[in-house]
Amino acid sequence: MLYREAGQFKATYAADQQIFPIRQDRIGIQLLLALAFVAVPLFASEYWLKAIMVPFLVFSLAALGLNILTGYAGQLSLGSAAFMAVGAFASYNFMLRIDGMPLLVAFALGGLMAALVGIAFGLPSLRIKGFYLAVATLAAQFFIVWLLTKVGWFSNDSSSGVITAQEMVILGYRFDSPQAKYLLVLSIVAVMALMAKNMVRSSVGRAWMAVRDMDVAAEVIGIRIMYTKLLAFAVSSFYCGVAGALYAFAYLGTVEPEGFNLDLSFKILFMIIIGGVGSISGAFLGSAFIVLLPIFLDVLVQDVFAGLLSPSIASNMQLMVFGGLIIFFLIVEPHGLARLWQIAKEKLRLWPFPH
Amino acid sequence: MQFFLEVLIGGLLSGVMYSFVALGFVLIYKASGVFNFAQGAMVFFAALTFVGILELGVPFWIALVLAFGAMVLLGIGTERIVLRPMVNQPPIALFMATIGLTFFVEGLAQAMWGASVRGLDLGIQDEPIEWMMEATGIGVSKFDLFAAGVAAVLVTALALFFQYTRVGRALRAVADDHQAALSIGIPLQTIWRIVWAVAGFVALVAGLIWGARNGVQFALTFTALKALPVLILGGFTSVPGAIVGGLIIGSSEKLAEVYLGAYVGGGIDSWFPYVMALAFLLIRPEGLFGEKHIDRV
Repeated sequence: MLYREAGQFKATYAADQQIFPIRQDRIGIQLLLALAFVAVPLFASEYWLKAIMVPFLVFSLAALGLNILTGYAGQLSLGSAAFMAVGAFASYNFMLRIDGMPLLVAFALGGLMAALVGIAFGLPSLRIKGFYLAVATLAAQFFIVWLLTKVGWFSNDSSSGVITAQEMVILGYRFDSPQAKYLLVLSIVAVMALMAKNMVRSSVGRAWMAVRDMDVAAEVIGIRIMYTKLLAFAVSSFYCGVAGALYAFAYLGTVEPEGFNLDLSFKILFMIIIGGVGSISGAFLGSAFIVLLPIFLDVLVQDVFAGLLSPSIASNMQLMVFGGLIIFFLIVEPHGLARLWQIAKEKLRLWPFPH
Repeated sequence: MQFFLEVLIGGLLSGVMYSFVALGFVLIYKASGVFNFAQGAMVFFAALTFVGILELGVPFWIALVLAFGAMVLLGIGTERIVLRPMVNQPPIALFMATIGLTFFVEGLAQAMWGASVRGLDLGIQDEPIEWMMEATGIGVSKFDLFAAGVAAVLVTALALFFQYTRVGRALRAVADDHQAALSIGIPLQTIWRIVWAVAGFVALVAGLIWGARNGVQFALTFTALKALPVLILGGFTSVPGAIVGGLIIGSSEKLAEVYLGAYVGGGIDSWFPYVMALAFLLIRPEGLFGEKHIDRV
């Protein structure tokens, strides 16, 4: 009963079409944002901020990007990490080669460079789909990592391609502390998540979903397939590019092309599978799951099985649990954690009655 | 000219290695429409299981039978536990399930047998054939020729199996249309078990060949990735296509590395097969031997 919308009337179109039409949802999201922006920086330890919250947010952004491409537009991609690499290295080079380049502009330009690369490698999607497209994005994955490693210009002639991100300064303020980095990343992710939510609610998002569900029929009713698919690749790669820049500047500090390898692409793919394909909130839920699960398993092994399992067997067990959980999720809840959350909300509307 | 021939032959023979893994993909895709990304992990599991059993003191041929049994169990277990509950799921979900299976099999193999690198000796040395070297100056490895011979036998056997046996015809019927096959009485579950067992056997052969060449180690799982361009060229549904695609990919990869690599800094064999497969896709999406797909609305 506490979650019903009884008594909530809409008198304007704007009220009817808002993102959170139910008052309880609005209150919930406001509390969540207050928690994220105020409580976490005040109370969380440095370890939580640096090792858990910042990577959680960075990967959420990358998962958002991949979700736009795979979840909404239906184009399978295994090259997310490559687009992240483009974003990271492009931002680094803009900061390096243009004096006085503002940080946020460098991030945005890094995203734009990733978007251009995404469009280039998205061109095959006009002719092929499914697993064939996965091979095309694998070509992007391997080629970009090779290019960033071999061409010294991208890494300021570093022999192994390693770059150290410049200091993050905005209007003279230096983002050195964990709290400052966390708040910067959180602000960027929040704004971009809002943009993504509005994009998928617009005619662009509806075009993506039409292409995903049946592209031939979508073309018949007048949707421009080429424009729609390439736009999905561009937007997705932009998000991955900005995520890559944050990954380099706000999280690791020092990155190399090999750090953006196929394993990272798979990791991001799993985030959207487990969190919910075709769901904005699913990107966050999946990212939280993937970031926290290894830590949880490590703590579990340390506390419960201390001394019983050797570290190597424990890490292999972790791999098995990880793979098993993916299969389990795909079997019992193919639509991911976001669907479970949605079901929970439906139950809440009827509570305390069972159905 | 002599150097060119040596590079070309070496490339062709390394392409045969990729074909072993591609065969596993083709078998399962033909029979069930599932793109089994875990084939590479199964190759690793097969090789590691065989070597682990050998290290227990079991004789070679008994170890081979036991490893084959393990692979059959793994294949049937996969079909039973992972894929059967996912009937009617979209292909992308099945693909993702096999990626999850990849992690599980990798963890299982290393948890059972440990993660150290092991050598594998099949009794054939990786050295040039002496009389050919003396006659033509071209070095061709005995081991590579042995691998090519095994591949030829395997593909011939599989092609004959699909073409001329009752079970093979049933497999092709199932690949064409599950519902139609069911309606004329073909037992789908049995067919799927057979095909996964055969794929397990192919993974074992691939694991032994690759393991003898590179050592049995975690990197074996990445052989699956090189099989993808092979599948693109040969087609997902053609057993001979897996060999032809492998030969083309292997030779072009080595020739590109030797002749183009010098101009761009080397190491291009890591991505050249994918770019070539990508170019090929834009021309002929179903591959050299694949079946043309017609969209229905």
